[in-house]
Amino acid sequence: MATATSTDKSERLEFSAERAVQVHDLMVKTRVLEERLITMYKQGDGYFWIGGPGEEAFNIPLGMMVDKGQGLAHDYVHLHYRSAGTLLAMGASPVDFLRQMKNTATDPFSGGRNFAGHASIRKWNVAPITSPIEIQYSIAPGTAMAQKRHGGTGITIVQGGDAGTAEGDFATCLVWSSRKGAELPVLMIVTNNRFGISTPYESQHGEKYIADRGKAFGMETAVIDGNDPESSWAGLSKAMHYVRTERRPYLLEVAVSRLYGHSSASGANYNKEQLDCLTAYEAKLEQRGVLTRAAMDAVRERYTNELSEAAKIVRDEAQPDGSTIFDHVFASKNLVGGEL
Amino acid sequence: MASLIQAIRMALHVGEERLGVTDIFGEDVGPPLGGVFTGSQGLRTAWNSPLDERGIIGTAIGLAMAGQKPVCEIQFCDYIYNTIDLLKVAGNTYWSTNGDWNLPMVCITPVGAGIRGSIYHSHSFDATATHIPGWKIVMPSNPLDAYGLLLSAIADPNPVLYLAPKALMRTKATLDELLPGEPADDKLLCKMIDAPLGDRSAWKPEWPPLETLFVPIGKAKTVRPGRDVTVVSYGRTLPLSVKAAEDAAAEGIEAEVIDLRSLAPYDWEAIKESVLRTNRVIFVNEETEITNFGEHLIRRTVDELFYHLHAPPKLVAGAFVPGIGLADNLERASVPQRETILDAIRESARHEP
Repeated sequence: MATATSTDKSERLEFSAERAVQVHDLMVKTRVLEERLITMYKQGDGYFWIGGPGEEAFNIPLGMMVDKGQGLAHDYVHLHYRSAGTLLAMGASPVDFLRQMKNTATDPFSGGRNFAGHASIRKWNVAPITSPIEIQYSIAPGTAMAQKRHGGTGITIVQGGDAGTAEGDFATCLVWSSRKGAELPVLMIVTNNRFGISTPYESQHGEKYIADRGKAFGMETAVIDGNDPESSWAGLSKAMHYVRTERRPYLLEVAVSRLYGHSSASGANYNKEQLDCLTAYEAKLEQRGVLTRAAMDAVRERYTNELSEAAKIVRDEAQPDGSTIFDHVFASKNLVGGEL
Repeated sequence: MASLIQAIRMALHVGEERLGVTDIFGEDVGPPLGGVFTGSQGLRTAWNSPLDERGIIGTAIGLAMAGQKPVCEIQFCDYIYNTIDLLKVAGNTYWSTNGDWNLPMVCITPVGAGIRGSIYHSHSFDATATHIPGWKIVMPSNPLDAYGLLLSAIADPNPVLYLAPKALMRTKATLDELLPGEPADDKLLCKMIDAPLGDRSAWKPEWPPLETLFVPIGKAKTVRPGRDVTVVSYGRTLPLSVKAAEDAAAEGIEAEVIDLRSLAPYDWEAIKESVLRTNRVIFVNEETEITNFGEHLIRRTVDELFYHLHAPPKLVAGAFVPGIGLADNLERASVPQRETILDAIRESARHEP
């Protein structure tokens, strides 16, 4: 099996018309959701926005390829706060993201306790998304270890950004998932947008590719273009197949854009200088004759209207009551152990 | 008659055989060593981890998420500090997900001074630990509680931090505090469950027919009744407090000694009931004194029992210095001693309002 870090263009594939339309639909849905969240923030319907516009071309294929479900037979998914696209592709409702933005009691991820984009969906093995950068890489070996013991094809998928790989947790995941004879079925994904808030990648990283760090641990690695959904699909397909069948780790580095900056703290304004994966994909679909401009505009308009209406409803949903702060400090049942 | 560390080992054995423990892990926890204090010798699910505390806590969180029942160890609490944000995450996961994910995991870590452990084998962790909500925290002072608290920790659906006072690891209980099912003959027990020196590859322990015993988390124990002053302690300073109380008895002062056993949640009712009778209270632990857990207990005592107090509530704790020096005189000057506790008992009992 090749161990070379690869940017091989021959791995690209071309979606069937049906899949192309489905991916496009989810990319638009995700982009419109992020734009709606930013608008809500700017209108005062939320305190903070952070998300992943610019990562749709990778995150949508990822969500479509996850083996979704609860328990060890399915994938465990340790995401970060730019992962709405993955979750929408898995079937999450965009309205729930509006609820978390508006910190309503109806927010299913945290009941109004956590920032936007910090999902938690136990019934799909989606681990709680946390604000501290990179800690998911220290947690992922645990779910992977349980999956390896269980057998089957379920894998652990862990995703974070490029800047966070400087944290020790990234090294933890490399070390713990590649121990001789105890290798773990972990797909380590680094979405590289070449920024840590304002700090450019070049000023902090001596390594050419982050993925190269996996080679020292005997890992399969690849660097792929995450601004194109077909390239993402091909790269993910290869990586996932390897981890599912070999039960060993794989480090996948994915080049993506960051279209609205780091978060609302840096303005959340559209960055025209970055490649917009949605624009690029739409040009491709139009050129191939898969979708017309009018049809694509109609998709965007539909989601824009839907989420605009949803935001009005969410705005009037109840906020959590202050008296509930002591709820859920301690569990009385072992939910993760199957107690109901 | 088990030592405290043997009691921990036997609880882990019962945990993996009857309570669903899937993983007992940490640095040097698996064979051949079985723990630097021998706490995991001969256990079926014990394994060695990389020398990476963040990986240990993180992996325990992940295992718990995946429905496993991990017991991890940080070899000395002095080395747990680089995991603080992961401890916070473990403590806040059930809360921040509004009840979606509980984390049934136990973290054992040896704490405290008393073995001439110098700056990085003498730390206490109870002050920092009690600042991290969402964890249950227990700290035994004798083998029977060490056994029963660990079984309760394993059975609990929440993260539980198990602080093991390292200076008490070899102490043995009295005959009336045998673990249920263990032989009274301590030499026989050692022969059954202690790994031999040298090559252990073919060795297997012979576990006694242990019964399950749960010491409830959050329940204190009055270890010495007394009418004049209440002494509340836990861990290594608990037996010191009992000895100081015996010294005070020779002077006609009857101190009541409460072993708190759990720090989160803690048994306020037991403290309150005692202080309402004695009207005087001293809190004793070996953590550094500033923002000490005992200070919280004093604050609550003042808040709720002010008009019942006949003397200022006192804290006997470690000196607020950056470390515990190696030389015997330095260690003794840094953490409470039998004499300093006795002085506090005298002062409190003789104080006239």
